[in-house]
Amino acid sequence: MLELIKQPWPWYIAGPLIGLTLPALLILGNKSFGISSSLRHVCAACFPAKIPFFEYNWKKETWNLLFVLGIFFGGVIAANFLANPNPVQVTANLTKELARYGITDFSSLVPVDIVSWKSLLTLPGLIMLVGGGFLVGFGTRYAGGCTSGHAIMGLSTLQWPSLVATICFMIGGFVMANWILPAILNL
Amino acid sequence: MQHIAKETSEHAIRATDAICINESEENTPWYGNIKYLIVGILFGIVFVKSEVISWFRIQEMFRLESFHMYGVIGSAVAVGMLSVWLIKKFNIKTVHGEQITFTKKQFNKGQIYGGLLFGLGWALTGACPGPLFAQIGFGATVVIVPLLSAIAGTWVYGYFRDRLPH
Repeated sequence: MLELIKQPWPWYIAGPLIGLTLPALLILGNKSFGISSSLRHVCAACFPAKIPFFEYNWKKETWNLLFVLGIFFGGVIAANFLANPNPVQVTANLTKELARYGITDFSSLVPVDIVSWKSLLTLPGLIMLVGGGFLVGFGTRYAGGCTSGHAIMGLSTLQWPSLVATICFMIGGFVMANWILPAILNL
Repeated sequence: MQHIAKETSEHAIRATDAICINESEENTPWYGNIKYLIVGILFGIVFVKSEVISWFRIQEMFRLESFHMYGVIGSAVAVGMLSVWLIKKFNIKTVHGEQITFTKKQFNKGQIYGGLLFGLGWALTGACPGPLFAQIGFGATVVIVPLLSAIAGTWVYGYFRDRLPH
């Protein structure tokens, strides 16, 4: 059984489990599923700087901070007790493409050739980690939600603005992955 | 009366540009929130085991090379939709007996501009906000950098919010 759990889980197991998080949070305490808000609560708690957008009682959202802390611990548990002993399976096309940029290490879920403390000092590493992170934080808040808030919670409650946001997430992702990222990795 | 008005505006600020808000009137002591930590742990394990937090899976998704991520998100939405429908249909209450509420999302241009910017960042880091936390836990400690950068991005948005088109 444990051997089976250690294998990567197929989408039809993982997707429904992620979907069940939504009723779990609602039934446990009328909480709407979302993750990017946690970044805002950190701002509100640590450096509100009298900015109206951060002037609210973040303590009412403590649950959200504990939820993301849980995600962190989930990562710790999965890596230490349920780790897949084999390298990550990557499609032949992507393997070929990534090899051109010198990405050949598939031992982790992140490409350690470019996502590591050492590569932080290289231009592509800096753009990916610092620039990418900034876009994630700025963009999600500007959009009013991320994949969980808009794509999962928003679509599940049939909100058309969330569909607009989700489509824009995908457009941005397609443009970056297919046209901009290759140029960055070639730097 | 004034107190109520103040409370409403606090909630209004908190609900600005946010889907995920605590609508509960219940004032539980902090340990009442431990249950969300547990849900988070289970959720994080699913994230890692389904490789949703993998940079490679995200690249495959945006190159239309694999169905995996579409299957995960699609089936999550299907289960979410069914759950919300059941909660509404049978008027299911929370474990504390509270009414479950849903907030209607207003459209603004931020969903387009912000959505596009987030999409760019998603494909760059290979992670949306949730996976950032899971990747750090998984052992990719350098992901602390994009996480801090994302917090900075959120702060900068808050700072310039009034001057951005919405």
